[in-house]
Amino acid sequence: MSMTNPLARARGMGSAKEGVHHWYAQRASALLLIVLVGWLIFAIFSLSGVDYPTARAFIAQPVNAAFCSLLIVTLLYHAMLGLQVVIEDYVHHPVLEVAFYFLSRAGAFFGMALGIIHVLKLALGA
Amino acid sequence: MAEFQLPRHSRIGKGKTFKAPAGATNVKVFRVYRWSPDDDSNPTIDLFEVDLDSCGPMVLDAIIKIKNEIDPTLTFRRSCREGICGSCAMNIDGTNTLACTKPIAEIRGDVKINPLPHLPVVKDIVPDLSHFYAQYATIKPWIRTQSTTPPDRERLQSKQDREKLDGLYECILCACCSTSCPSYWWNGDRYLGPAILLQAYRWLADSRDEATGERLDDLEDPFRLYRCHTIMNCTKTCPKGLNPAKAIAETKKMLMTRRGI
Repeated sequence: MSMTNPLARARGMGSAKEGVHHWYAQRASALLLIVLVGWLIFAIFSLSGVDYPTARAFIAQPVNAAFCSLLIVTLLYHAMLGLQVVIEDYVHHPVLEVAFYFLSRAGAFFGMALGIIHVLKLALGA
Repeated sequence: MAEFQLPRHSRIGKGKTFKAPAGATNVKVFRVYRWSPDDDSNPTIDLFEVDLDSCGPMVLDAIIKIKNEIDPTLTFRRSCREGICGSCAMNIDGTNTLACTKPIAEIRGDVKINPLPHLPVVKDIVPDLSHFYAQYATIKPWIRTQSTTPPDRERLQSKQDREKLDGLYECILCACCSTSCPSYWWNGDRYLGPAILLQAYRWLADSRDEATGERLDDLEDPFRLYRCHTIMNCTKTCPKGLNPAKAIAETKKMLMTRRGI
């Protein structure tokens, strides 16, 4: 039984004065993803049944390479923001919360780097 | 981590059964959550058979009849019996609502009555609302101004500005919405919940208030405001037909407008 005044408990450590950016970024990236997934569907249909050199030539076009890397980055960025919300909602263990948060971020950033390198390799590599 | 199973002392057992008096023809069964802090036992569900021919039309009428005629130890809050005080908020037939405005006739089968979800229980269907009220106090729910009060009259408000408070001022703080919100269940210690956020927006929308900036500062927090994931249980359950989810969305819009694109 805590003897803390309920108001002191409710006021806690005050407002973090943060959250608008996260909220906005989540929605803006969702809108961007609608466009980028549109490109993905277009790419899948254009490349269905073609051989590897043709597919590689398609990705090598600067516009397609840009769309592809932007899709990878935006998708992982959006997933990262979403995972953060899930962790904040459900993980109330002080150490696990921070660990999951950093793992999700690290995973997303690593995926972005890996994705872009692969696109570059396809587009420029031998 | 989130708890997906009730703690051992919260598991609900079978309780007593109170049969209807002989000769009763219009019997309805009420399954009521019972728990008392006086002994060490787990909560139970008691079965009360109520003769509706000698009972008022609302669920609260039946609960009062049970207390008066069947089991005087049944503990609940009630006051106005006309949906304006919010005291008799409870979970009836799986939905949070006011017992006094919920007709028994709307419920098919047995009437299941539980306390508001995910709050500490004081006794039977009386929940502990201390934290809820403290959260209400944190938003400073009164007019805050910098200008001096006119010496000879009230602070005036146009009809159009007054209309902006419609759908907000009617909230009676019964806590039906907040305790229906999964986000409030998981993070109610920090998340303000739909009822308090609707009340906060009531002051953001008031043309006479001069502390909009400070109010937005206090709300801008990943937990206080942004735990709302537009689940919409609040709007669905509100016994007054209000829309707390919309008030929260308007607050998020105001924060966005303040920030600029």
